[in-house]
Amino acid sequence: MSTLAPVRAHFRAIAATIVADAAALDAAGWRDVEAIIDEALEARPAAVRRQLRAFIRALAILPVLRYGRTFASLDPARRARVLGAVESAPALLLRRGFWGLRTLVYMGYYARPAGAAAIGYRASLRGWHDRRSAP
Amino acid sequence: MTTERDYDVVIIGSGAGGGTVAQALGSLARAGKRVLVLEQGARLRDDEFDGTELGMAGSLYENAGGFLTADGTMTLAFGRAYGGSTLVYTGTSLVVPERVIRDWNVPGLSHADVAARSERYKSENGVHLLPPEEINENNALFKTGCERAGFHAEQFPINVRGCLGSSLCNLGCPNAAKQGTNRVQLPNAERDGVEVVTRATALRLDERAVRVRVAEKLPVEKGVPSEWAPGDYLVRAKLVIVAGGSVGSSALLLRSGFGARLPALGHGFTCHPAHILVGEHDRPITNDVGHPKSFYLDRAEQEGFVLETCMYFPFITAKNLTGFGEPHARLMRAFPRLQMILVLACDYATPENRITVDRAGTPVVHYTFTPRVIESLARATRTSARIFFAAGALRVHAPSAVPPLIERDQAAHIDQLVRTEHFMPGKISVSAAHLMGGCGMGRDAAGSVTDAWGQVHGIPWLRVADSSLFPNSLEINPYLTIMALADRVADGVLRDAGALLSTEMRPPVSESVL
Repeated sequence: MSTLAPVRAHFRAIAATIVADAAALDAAGWRDVEAIIDEALEARPAAVRRQLRAFIRALAILPVLRYGRTFASLDPARRARVLGAVESAPALLLRRGFWGLRTLVYMGYYARPAGAAAIGYRASLRGWHDRRSAP
Repeated sequence: MTTERDYDVVIIGSGAGGGTVAQALGSLARAGKRVLVLEQGARLRDDEFDGTELGMAGSLYENAGGFLTADGTMTLAFGRAYGGSTLVYTGTSLVVPERVIRDWNVPGLSHADVAARSERYKSENGVHLLPPEEINENNALFKTGCERAGFHAEQFPINVRGCLGSSLCNLGCPNAAKQGTNRVQLPNAERDGVEVVTRATALRLDERAVRVRVAEKLPVEKGVPSEWAPGDYLVRAKLVIVAGGSVGSSALLLRSGFGARLPALGHGFTCHPAHILVGEHDRPITNDVGHPKSFYLDRAEQEGFVLETCMYFPFITAKNLTGFGEPHARLMRAFPRLQMILVLACDYATPENRITVDRAGTPVVHYTFTPRVIESLARATRTSARIFFAAGALRVHAPSAVPPLIERDQAAHIDQLVRTEHFMPGKISVSAAHLMGGCGMGRDAAGSVTDAWGQVHGIPWLRVADSSLFPNSLEINPYLTIMALADRVADGVLRDAGALLSTEMRPPVSESVL
């Protein structure tokens, strides 16, 4: 069962703030990102998956306290401010939670072949041979 | 049902320690003794090394490379496959400095002995310096930057034969060029008659016996099935050599109950905590082609850090850059223009930093960044930033700077921008791959776990042969020293073989003897 499915809308709003380029993903692109993350989470204890969903839900409603709106309904600048506050929070638990979430988002986005290619990553199995024979 | 098997010698782990011991005990196998290597990970076929970031990490690393310390502030990377961490290192082959062995102060252990053995394995593993034409710009710029900034970079000797420069060393060499134990020592051992069983986890030790669980190969997994049928085994042995790495060996001994008689077990953990720093140039450079680690700057003795060239993959790079959003994405889009430096702090053993096990016997690594380590990382970051700018970088990403991007016109203010108070665990990515200690060598059981030959104090049938033996930080890349110490352990075994291996095999007696 997908870890992210129950919190998909919240997750995508947060993920597109963490990776700015993710905002341009189409439906298939998002499916690829989420499939990578779900697969990685399958190997983790169920408690970790529950904690991740709870953390995403908490991030989604956290801005209500300050802005009176949920995370997904904020403009990009305010979204970044919210995540920045969590990233540098005095409580280690919050910083760790955000670090873990951003790690998963980066994994889902940049470990895709399309994500790696988009940033110009070109490593190949035959190294110099391939590079020197490339057009 | 538990299947019982009898061996003369069982070696647990197949990395730099276990692989070395296995080869060195090949003479016993040739003489008819039964020698077995148990490896928790899989044996991969050559064509399965495909360079994919997640696929290879999942196949070669414990927890896919994402093993976290107890408080979640540092990632520990260690291998789990036929060849252990020698599959995923870059092959950098340095002999330990004399001062380190002197400071360890292990009775009976001399630098001359470790150095001589290290030289032998350098020769066996084909260690040499890459010629200039095979060194990419990511590495060359480090050397140039060091020279311009007033430092002397040294070239890493590396253990490759026929390197094609895939840059994928940390994901397992796809061209069988890197001379890890999977390529050299383990095949030699198997030719001598040593058995290697993969996918075999050592659950616990009993008196002269190992309880083992062999896992089934799942359809989605890389590698060949285990040499043994899946299931539980009781493997009796006259001699057991533990070589599961710092974390693995310590955890195995702890969950087997040895902690009560060995109070130092699990203590003395060090790991060279590391940051990845990035400098952005105004033009594409060759960085994701060529061997990734050609030069280093050793400031261990003077300032407590070492800088090394490095090149990582998109996800790992993204994870290690501080922050998120457009500034982060902009730097990632500059990937072809990025130069990278790995900064490693020389940490030293403290009472707090240790390995324990939880109720299920799973290893837990407790690690607190000491003020000295944080200061070392800050100094290393400042030096790296100067090297990047001296090499021509436009901007530098430094995790412990606020904001993390330092522009060229701020280069004069590096000391003010990179400060220890900006080091915020849980916000900044810190990782470590040089895991050391836990079964440290020393004089007696009060302050150490083994003697200078890896024999566990008071237990002649039990030896340790891996980086867990290090009583303190090594201050350099560790694999060659692990091989040298494992070679000593094997010599000790051969010395004692007459007495140890002639004993009758006895049925195991469990907890009561521990």
